[in-house]
Amino acid sequence: MTATARSTKPAATQSAVPPELQLTMLRHMLLIRRFEEKAAEAYALGKIGGFCHLYIGQEAVGVGALAALKEDDYVICSYREHGQALIKGISARAVMAELFGKATGCSKGKGGSMHLFDAKKGFMGGHGIVGGHIPLGAGLAFASKYQGNDKVSVCFFGEAAVNIGSFHETLNMSSVWKLPVIFLCENNRYGMGTAFERVAAVTDIVEHACSYDMAAELVDGMNVLTVYDATRRAVERARKQSQPTLLEVRTYRYMGHSMSDPLHGVYRTKDEVEEQKARDPITHLAGKLKEERVIDQAGLDAMDAEIHAEVEDAVKFADESPDPDPDELYTDVMVD
Amino acid sequence: MATLTYRDALNQALREEMQRDQDVFLMGEEVGVYQGAYKVSRGLLEEFGPKRVVDTPIAELGFAGIGVGAAMAGLRPVIEFMTWNFAVLAMDQIVNSVAKMLYMSGGQINVPIVFRGPNGAALQLGSQHSQAWESWLAHIPGLKVVAPATPADAKGLLKSAIRDNNPVIVLEGEMLYNLKGEVPDGEHIVPIGKAEVKREGKDVTLVCHSKTLTVALKAAEQLAEQDVKAEVLDLRSLRPLDETAILESVRKTNRAVVVEEGWPHAGIGAQVVDLIQRDAFDDLDAPVQRVTQADVPMPYNKHLERAAKASPEKVVAAARRVLYLE
Ligand SMILES: Cc1ncc(C[n+]2csc(CCOP(=O)(O)OP(=O)(O)O)c2C)c(N)n1
Ligand SMILES: [Mg+2]
Repeated sequence: MTATARSTKPAATQSAVPPELQLTMLRHMLLIRRFEEKAAEAYALGKIGGFCHLYIGQEAVGVGALAALKEDDYVICSYREHGQALIKGISARAVMAELFGKATGCSKGKGGSMHLFDAKKGFMGGHGIVGGHIPLGAGLAFASKYQGNDKVSVCFFGEAAVNIGSFHETLNMSSVWKLPVIFLCENNRYGMGTAFERVAAVTDIVEHACSYDMAAELVDGMNVLTVYDATRRAVERARKQSQPTLLEVRTYRYMGHSMSDPLHGVYRTKDEVEEQKARDPITHLAGKLKEERVIDQAGLDAMDAEIHAEVEDAVKFADESPDPDPDELYTDVMVD
Repeated sequence: MATLTYRDALNQALREEMQRDQDVFLMGEEVGVYQGAYKVSRGLLEEFGPKRVVDTPIAELGFAGIGVGAAMAGLRPVIEFMTWNFAVLAMDQIVNSVAKMLYMSGGQINVPIVFRGPNGAALQLGSQHSQAWESWLAHIPGLKVVAPATPADAKGLLKSAIRDNNPVIVLEGEMLYNLKGEVPDGEHIVPIGKAEVKREGKDVTLVCHSKTLTVALKAAEQLAEQDVKAEVLDLRSLRPLDETAILESVRKTNRAVVVEEGWPHAGIGAQVVDLIQRDAFDDLDAPVQRVTQADVPMPYNKHLERAAKASPEKVVAAARRVLYLE
């Protein structure tokens, strides 16, 4: 076995992150939170249909990880991808319009909540089959290596996807072929109503990296700075050494699995949810930055108001946007 | 014109397209060092190196998906399945990722990928290794599906498939690799979506593709001895289907038999019959007949296997039925 760095303890220390970047991360987390709250409202009003999976509680994961990337790096996600899409540079308008199924949406209203795309921004989609996009993430990295560019690929997926074959097949090949890919597992403890320990023989997901001789880190996903730090190390490993990494990021979703699922349901207790909310990544970072006098309450209020306006505008835009032209039904099946 | 085997014609197509375009690469089990399970990729590793001829572990779902990701980033992967029986493990990628990527991304991401490998029954390989998958694959919008029957078509269609900006499924006949035939010299391209009349006739149309072309041609010989002039129409492409060619032939002969290797239920033939009854009803002098594999898993015993498969005798009998000669 060749030596790869494997750390299964969450790293406690953080390298110094410039205050401006911390503020940006705070802003990004808040944007996702407010966006998702609005999406929930719009769903209740029937403006959004089908499945809609919210990211509330997990914001630090997407924000911290994406802060470690270059603009042209690839990001590919499961269906719980509103947050990553927003931070990868798709406007709140285009994301909301997609949720509304409108022609102005980032997938022209033909994708919906689970299939947000912006190829130009390196956002390679939300994908609806659990684990199905994991090999795609590795394939994007395969292309980077083949084409000789330095684009890194980050693939987000839930812990339940670790039980699926494509996860294992892909980790193996990525390690054998030394692909510049980061497998970012968002362990929010549940796949729908199934607690991970009820269905997984190995509950420390990082351990799976041993099977594939891959570097891995266990990361506290309720702290955006730790996520940023760990992802930076993984990005460096990918970009400089063309080596893959498995990150297990421990996080928690506050809402139901999807909008049709109750808040805590029968598979977890209200107390557990409340306990986790006490570790809220936004409150945590806002408090820290206030303490460090990087921002004051007035500044925070102004930030929130600004974001509120941005999200309101997105809803208005989505609401007023036209449905796709009926002819769009038959377009985009094939290219010439 | 050179005489080539179907295998070597495919090999030429791969080689020429890999020479022509640096973005084309071949990936699959045993494609490199071993030179291909059916030797289709013979010599390619030596010519193009391991970067472009990639040996994979036995992980169909995984490497199919890695191919898809690479295609999303602009490469043009050719994914070889050792046989299509094993591609079933990758069906999630073919159906859920590849076929829908362009649509669900609102036209942003096309997937220029080729999935190819042997399809259909060989000899006595038993139930799990003797299956024809075309009706599964041709069912799906977002895919193109071709099934060449001759060395010339194998070369020309594989080249078209690799140059296509859409995902293309190439079903190679497992029994056809040793088949010899003339292949035009120089650049030889066969457009996807065009059927070809492989034998002209006026009394009955035998619609076929892939290995059943050989079956239909033999049947046509036997029918000729009975003074029946059968036209043999090779579909070549199953999606898109060359509806014009089918209708033209049926309008001329007024009778048709559809032959395929797959099972009868919801098979390719059902699609062809649907077209004929809808658009050439008034031209028909008899109900269309179908010849398919028996509606059972393929048996191992060679007599049972023979009984299960489409054969020239069965095609002759079906043709005689549509001609009311029975
Ligand atoms: C292959 C497959 N099986 C089942 C489903 C239905 N399903 C959708 S999400 C989900 C749970 C996935 O949980 P996880 O991977 O932990 O992601 P999370 O929802 O927690 O973000 C299930 C079972 C699916 N989409 N795909
Ligand atoms: Mg989960």
